[in-house]
Amino acid sequence: MKTSFKISLISAAGVLAVSCLNFAVAQEITGAGATFPAPLYAKWAAEYNKATGVKVNYQSVGSGAGIKQIDSKTVDFGASDMPQTDEVLKTKGQFQFPTVIGGTVPVINVKGIAPGQMKLDGQVLGDIYLGKITKWNDAAIKALNPTLALPDVAIAPVRRADGSGTTFNFTNYLSRVHAEWKAKVGEGTAVNWPVGAGGKGNEGVAAFVNRLPNSIGYVEYSYVKQNKMTYTLMKNRDGVFVAPDDEAFKAAAAGADWNKSFYQLITDQPGKNAWPISTATFILMHVKQDKPANATETFKFFSWAYKNGAKSASDLDYVPMPANVIGSIEKAWSQATDAAGKPVALK
Amino acid sequence: MSTTLMANPLPLNQAPSSQRVMSTPPPVKTARSGPMADRIFGWLAKAAALFTLGMLIAILISLTLGAWPAISKYGLGFLASTTWDPVKEEFGGLVMIYGTLMTSVIALLIAVPVSFGIAVFLTELSPAWLKRPLGTAIELLAAIPSIVYGMWGLLVFGPILSTYVQQPLQALFSGVPVLGAFVSGPPVGIGILSAGIILAIMIIPFIAAVMRDVFEVTPTLLKESAYGLGATTWEVVSTVVLPYTKAGVVGGIMLGLGRAIGETMAVTFVIGNFNQLDSLSLFQAANSITSALANEFAEAAEGLHQAALMYLGLVLFFITFVVLSLSKVLLSQLRKSEGTKT
Amino acid sequence: MSTAQMLLRAHELEQSRLARYAQRKRVNQIALALSLLAMAFGLFWLFWILIETCVLGLGGLSLDTLTQMTPPPNDAGGLANAIYGSFLMVSLATFVGTPIGVMAGIYLAEFDTHSWLASVTRFVNDILLSAPSIVIGLFVYAVIVTRFKSFSGYAGIMALALIVIPVVIRTTENMLQLVPSGLREAAYALGAPKWKVIISITLKAARSGVVTGVLLAVARIAGETAPLLFTALSNQFWTSSLSEPMASLPVTIFKFAMSPYENWQKLAWAGVFIITIAVLGLNILARVMTRSKN
Repeated sequence: MKTSFKISLISAAGVLAVSCLNFAVAQEITGAGATFPAPLYAKWAAEYNKATGVKVNYQSVGSGAGIKQIDSKTVDFGASDMPQTDEVLKTKGQFQFPTVIGGTVPVINVKGIAPGQMKLDGQVLGDIYLGKITKWNDAAIKALNPTLALPDVAIAPVRRADGSGTTFNFTNYLSRVHAEWKAKVGEGTAVNWPVGAGGKGNEGVAAFVNRLPNSIGYVEYSYVKQNKMTYTLMKNRDGVFVAPDDEAFKAAAAGADWNKSFYQLITDQPGKNAWPISTATFILMHVKQDKPANATETFKFFSWAYKNGAKSASDLDYVPMPANVIGSIEKAWSQATDAAGKPVALK
Repeated sequence: MSTTLMANPLPLNQAPSSQRVMSTPPPVKTARSGPMADRIFGWLAKAAALFTLGMLIAILISLTLGAWPAISKYGLGFLASTTWDPVKEEFGGLVMIYGTLMTSVIALLIAVPVSFGIAVFLTELSPAWLKRPLGTAIELLAAIPSIVYGMWGLLVFGPILSTYVQQPLQALFSGVPVLGAFVSGPPVGIGILSAGIILAIMIIPFIAAVMRDVFEVTPTLLKESAYGLGATTWEVVSTVVLPYTKAGVVGGIMLGLGRAIGETMAVTFVIGNFNQLDSLSLFQAANSITSALANEFAEAAEGLHQAALMYLGLVLFFITFVVLSLSKVLLSQLRKSEGTKT
Repeated sequence: MSTAQMLLRAHELEQSRLARYAQRKRVNQIALALSLLAMAFGLFWLFWILIETCVLGLGGLSLDTLTQMTPPPNDAGGLANAIYGSFLMVSLATFVGTPIGVMAGIYLAEFDTHSWLASVTRFVNDILLSAPSIVIGLFVYAVIVTRFKSFSGYAGIMALALIVIPVVIRTTENMLQLVPSGLREAAYALGAPKWKVIISITLKAARSGVVTGVLLAVARIAGETAPLLFTALSNQFWTSSLSEPMASLPVTIFKFAMSPYENWQKLAWAGVFIITIAVLGLNILARVMTRSKN
């Protein structure tokens, strides 16, 4: 017992000693929120770290959690796919700004139907998720897809189990185009789904759709592309069936008036190429900063990202913000002050 | 202190005279660690126990404070309602409670006999050289992180369960009145049955490890006496080992049950996260308290949604409390019937 | 009774005894066959899961995995910060939780075994054992993270320690109770003070069971995700400071495993493989250490 006791004592001491080591840490800022832009923020953070040595640690815990964390000031910035109204932000003493744009895409798993073949519109999609359309060869679906061979089987809808900005995006779109959906279910990061098995995260929904035959789900676009899933075309406001891609998201964002307010919902936008279920994703920060140094680092990071991060964004299938919007964003940053009221340094 | 070797008892601290070197014992030094050390040790031990008590009380208080808005709004009706609507702010916990209970019951039904069999095998049947490797192999099941069970359950096990178990069962029992209801529902490999089976696999190593350890500590004398009377191996196990170790066995089962009730990640992946209770079907997607917490807590707005989730957490503690009380009663009944209850 | 009748009776008794014995033997064989089947059942799942883990894990394992930081999607990288974070938090949590657990177990088994406080503590401990790890994480979040306004390794350690303690208490108490009282009494008779009897005699006798308990606790916390999500969060970069969010293997695996990016999925399986091997190694090491003392 003596030797092993000694060994365990020494190893314990070693662990303690190592844990107290605190190498001169470069400034680190922490952010948390939406899963949708998480891969992109991780990429930006890695490149920024290589360029400047500053660590920007972003964790994807979900839009709702991101809002909650920034509300409790446990992180330096929050991220959410769901924008909050200017009134709400004013009461909370926060401000928001968009970073990139993307879209939510319905995906299916029906034998014999290839990506981009199935056509759907808001009415049919809403009916499926309300449980009113239960079979793939329903008349309504057939009407949109006269040439497709639709099997006579039950639809297995899949949706998000956890609260998410993707769900908000999806339900916001359905509320805009489907009156019964708006009345019965409404929109939100988590809703009372009438039907559907719940998957955890975009990944969970993607996994379910891949495994369950005759299923339909909704995931954000980069998952569709990376997993080569079977996406559907959607009928947009102008009546055109569009496929999801960067151009379609960009077209949807074109109509938004970012200079008026950053609170913009770009679902169901006019435009013949516009993808109807598009969304921007937002960063949330406090107006009054307890840690002004961290706020400065955050601004520096996003400024760098707007300037140098466009290529990484497009590589990962996100749409960067247009240049004129970036100008208004950076101007909005000057409202941040420290506890005494002095404006936070932006550089 | 007895000094049975001495002819003439001497006062303890007196040095022996030089003539009686061997016939008197060497002087007894007063024990350096006397009652003080014992008292300190006792206090430390008591403090540790009180710390554990304090932690639970702190957790319960923290939960109750958080759940108060929901408790004051719904009271006990929360336990009977199946609505879960975050948008309209209407909450009821029956779906999650049912899911937690059903999956744990299924897990125990499978795991306890299997663990018992494994423990018997390891202590009675297996050759000596095989005991350690096999024991370690079973404990390895506990080393596998719970996310892996979730991922494996969703991606590997689910489809197989669906094709080879659920669909045949459904075909077999579809007409039968009661059983048919249990096997209705989409046979896609997720739901209460899948979660129950995966939980069973997860808790087998815990229960089996404890059972094996307590079986091994059974005094050999007891077992040999039974063998000497002509008992078969099974009879020794069931009539000698099991009664001797029953407290430990029940303890092991409690350990496993605790794991099953509180398991979050594995269940979240395969239970389907469906907040409705439409049928008795074991194949139907459902929800459990822990997966509801995992999925929704981080996002839940401060207010009724978060309070409802905390209320669910309190209910979970209550379920554990009830189960444990039942097991204590069971144990004391067992002991009473053997006449050892003081 | 005539001799013939007596012989007949004896023969009948003999037959019934043989029949009963044959019955008992059959029951025995069935029971033992079932236990063999149970063993095979357990091993089957183990091998299936392990083979999947090994096949997928070894594929993603390389020197880079152990030395590079967690990368963004589609970039090369490794798990070094996650491995270090897990190692640190698990060891410190065990280091903190085991003494408390063992001492409390000693209290329950050796001091005031039937007192009111002991019964309540036992009961409370069993409830804590079943506490879902996520509730513990939420509690630590409410108490530490919101108080100090930062996710940190310390919060993670506290959450993990709270999971270790009940497991260690239960197994320590069980094992101590099984030590025959003759052993204790012999030590007392030799004049040893109580604390020495407990530490040098009783604990030593129950040592392998207590070690099992600690190992079960370590195995559990090594794979825990939910409590760390709300306390230590995670970190894309290397950090050795416990007051900052810290990466850990389970949370990183959780993040990576279900993502659509192939490099992340490979790293996730490699991480699973590492955790499994580490816990197994610990298991074997502890067994060797306790066995060699006998």
